[in-house]
Amino acid sequence: MSVRKRRIYIDYCGMFILVLGLLVGSLMPLGGAASSPDTGTGHGGSHGNKNPGNGTTYSKKPFPVLSFDYEHVRLPFEISLWVLLASLMKLGFHLIPRVSSIVPESCLLIVVGLLVGGLIKMVGEDPPVLESKIFFFYLLPPIILDAGYFMPIRQFTENLGTILMFAVVGTLWNSFFVGGLLYGVCQLEGHKLAYVDLLSCLLFGSIISAVDPVAVLAVFEEIHINELLHILVFGESLLNDAVTVVLYHLFEEYSSVGSITFMDVFLGIVCFLVVSLGGIVVGAIYGILAAFTSRFTSHTRVIEPLFVFVYSYMAYLSAEVFHLSGIMALIACGAVMRPYVEANISHKSHTTIKYFLKMWSSVSDTLIFIFLGVSTVAGPHQWNWTFVVATVIFCLVARVLGVVGLTFVINKFRIVKLTSKDQFIIAYGGLRGAIAFSLVYLLNPKHFPMRNMFLTAIITVIFFTVFVQGMTIRPLVDLLAVKKKQETKRSINEEIHTQFLDHLLTGIEDICGHYGHHHWKDKLNRFNKKYVKKCLIAGERSKEPQLIAFYHKMEMKQAIELVESGGGAKLPSALPSTVSMQNIQPKKPSQDRALPQLSKAREEEIRKILRTNLQRTRQRLRSYNRHTLIADPYEDGWNEMLLKRKKMKELEKKMNNYLTVPAPPPDSPTITRARLASDPQAWGLKSVTESIPTIKVDLASPQSPESVNVVDEFSKKGSQPKEEEGGLTMKVPSPAKQRKDKTPDEEPQQRLMRCLSDPGPAPEEIQPLRSCSGCALHI
Amino acid sequence: MGSFQSLPDDHQYRTLSQKTGFSLEQIAILHNRFKQLSQNEETLRRDDLKTIQDLESNPIRYQIIEAFFDRRNFQKDGVGSVEEIGFEEFLTVMSYFRAPAHRITEEQKEEMRRAKLRFLFNMHDTDNDGTITLEEYRHVVEELLSRSGALGRETAKGIADAAMLEVASISVGPMAPDEFYEGITFEQFLKILKGIEIETRMHIRFLNMDTTVLCKQHCV
Repeated sequence: MSVRKRRIYIDYCGMFILVLGLLVGSLMPLGGAASSPDTGTGHGGSHGNKNPGNGTTYSKKPFPVLSFDYEHVRLPFEISLWVLLASLMKLGFHLIPRVSSIVPESCLLIVVGLLVGGLIKMVGEDPPVLESKIFFFYLLPPIILDAGYFMPIRQFTENLGTILMFAVVGTLWNSFFVGGLLYGVCQLEGHKLAYVDLLSCLLFGSIISAVDPVAVLAVFEEIHINELLHILVFGESLLNDAVTVVLYHLFEEYSSVGSITFMDVFLGIVCFLVVSLGGIVVGAIYGILAAFTSRFTSHTRVIEPLFVFVYSYMAYLSAEVFHLSGIMALIACGAVMRPYVEANISHKSHTTIKYFLKMWSSVSDTLIFIFLGVSTVAGPHQWNWTFVVATVIFCLVARVLGVVGLTFVINKFRIVKLTSKDQFIIAYGGLRGAIAFSLVYLLNPKHFPMRNMFLTAIITVIFFTVFVQGMTIRPLVDLLAVKKKQETKRSINEEIHTQFLDHLLTGIEDICGHYGHHHWKDKLNRFNKKYVKKCLIAGERSKEPQLIAFYHKMEMKQAIELVESGGGAKLPSALPSTVSMQNIQPKKPSQDRALPQLSKAREEEIRKILRTNLQRTRQRLRSYNRHTLIADPYEDGWNEMLLKRKKMKELEKKMNNYLTVPAPPPDSPTITRARLASDPQAWGLKSVTESIPTIKVDLASPQSPESVNVVDEFSKKGSQPKEEEGGLTMKVPSPAKQRKDKTPDEEPQQRLMRCLSDPGPAPEEIQPLRSCSGCALHI
Repeated sequence: MGSFQSLPDDHQYRTLSQKTGFSLEQIAILHNRFKQLSQNEETLRRDDLKTIQDLESNPIRYQIIEAFFDRRNFQKDGVGSVEEIGFEEFLTVMSYFRAPAHRITEEQKEEMRRAKLRFLFNMHDTDNDGTITLEEYRHVVEELLSRSGALGRETAKGIADAAMLEVASISVGPMAPDEFYEGITFEQFLKILKGIEIETRMHIRFLNMDTTVLCKQHCV
């Protein structure tokens, strides 16, 4: 290995050992050293012993220049150390690439947890256990919120029936199957396990049968499986929370009593509906509140992300107050608020939210797995071969049978059927995780004397699923040639036709008189557009249809791609499409063609100008680096790129099209000033640029796709500060242009004139737009 | 409303069923709907379809209605449009929206895909010259965005232009400045829409139609 790499490893190991040492050291009893400085100053008065006053009874001690007071900061210090440890672990795994490609991260983290726990135990201390309160209040919500906020709504709703079947019916089947069979095994076993009664077994079954979202996310994210399977397993893991909550409380309540009547079962069903629907309603309410609040944040952009986080967290906590499903509340909140909030908040806030959510969920996820490892070392165990092995086997069998049976039923109603490969992945992807562990940990040992045995069994199942299934799923996916996630770029034609199809199918349904799927979806969309969007989205953005938003987004991406690929250096062929507008515009043979010849020298000058512009932009761009985030990297600096790109594209078009465009009239001084103020180096070439018609960006020509969008935006938001558009040169379209459709030209012309009436202060070369206009990021 | 009438209808249904692939039950339901729309006459006219209230808010309603009266969709190799259609034509147009059967071969799937995409193509290609020209495509996008009000024709033109550019660059590749790209042919249309799984997306669940719903008076 190279010297540099070796140094990195050594540095890293050194730092890691230091942190680990601090951690272990912090857990040691340090009470003795900490007490003496305290009592002298703080507690002297309150102890009611021989020191009544302040000044008189101080014995003369040398002034403590340096004192050690650890108890003071113990708790935050320890928490920070753990978080630091978790993050360092995450760093470490990526320094060793080979290992992380074989073993999923979750396994490695559990192993680390085991090591740390072992280390602590060796020192003689009690390793900290994953306390349920910490888990449910601090570690779980960020992961769920991250999942809910970025959930692909369209696929989720398309497959909702299937997901619900798996979540509800599948989990019920698993619980009863595992619980019942375990009871049978316990009875058969005889002396050691006879004390385990049916209700306890059923409780155990219900806890262990829930597929865990944390584990599923951790493993599935690395295997890049196709979206359908991902959303099925992941959706199931989220929605089965309601079932788990109800069953857990039901069995826990009544296991002390010892029996369950039909009334209880009926109430249990009612409770399930209340828990799930109530959770969703609570989440939706908070979501709407958050969306509404975001409408007013245009002046205090800095705290926008805070609203998203706080409202979501409150939704979770509020649901927990009523014992409703907190997970469903979080998902509902995130999903409901997202389209509206994204339309309202600034681009930077959007980035902030995304980064923070990913960061928190990543740290949580790491901490959870490490703590699982530590708790394994710490927790009170009671190993019973029969019980544990039976649990593992029954879990697997139940899952497979459940999936196969349910798919058989579901396929009758689905258009896109689930193949047996899909079924295998769904069954194999049913991983258990920390939620099950925490739920068992919450059990009261007095009521449940077999709690320790349950703990051991659950940990074994978790280890089995995470290690064995987690590690082997990747080679299995490759072996079975399961369809992977497609990294296709959505083309605008597909987008147009998706919309077209939606409307077509709705229309056909109306002609058939059939109130189907599309009809209701269309009605919901219309309701959304007419009432809801007006309430929750600030200003003009509420009217923007999805197609246009998509188009803007696509243009952004193309612009950034172009600049990033060094577009300035190879100007003429830099455009991704080597077909330009005039190839598709029908020829107008009757037109009078003026031919302002462009000499080679002038062409070169134009190219040089643009090249230097772009290079400067590129250098700026390099400070925004690529991340390993699972999101599109085109966030930063999009708007500057868009402007530059427009400039270049227009230039290219002009250079191709000068045969069809008659010479425009000379510019007005205002426009010249605006143009030249923005391009400092253009000052020197003033004489050159003015006489060339092609440098001007013809914004209002209907010929160019993106031009009109910019114009429209100007007209929409008249209050946007004009100085931000300093980098753009604008030219009023020549009235002498002979186009087929003249009337649309007039309007944008007027708008442009208004725009350019005050070019604003001398702009610097690149001006960030303060808010993302018209880029409502729809799904 | 009675479904299976006297014997001649039954026989008719069978032939229709063989031709279009609908089940007898579905044909009966659709026949009821046809009769309701046409006010118990034998043929359906454009005005009958225009009276459907729910269709009012659909941005592409005119294209949809035209598709029913377009001879190219009747699978009889005709061209042009007609003023009124009978039940057989109605059913033929509806058959484009059937879901693929569970076990069909790749060839059948491909055939179905072509048929459905041909329907879409015909909707766009109004002058029936075999290509979707820029003007026609612009018209399509304008109609799609017509309900959205605010942004109007300019944006629609821009989007349509970008879409045409994309098709041209995918299908034809680099073009010299004086070459002219006529329009999207059917084969190119197939190619660019490969990403959308048309055979599964373009379908209506016919069997789930509720006859009681059909009795509601939406028309008139």
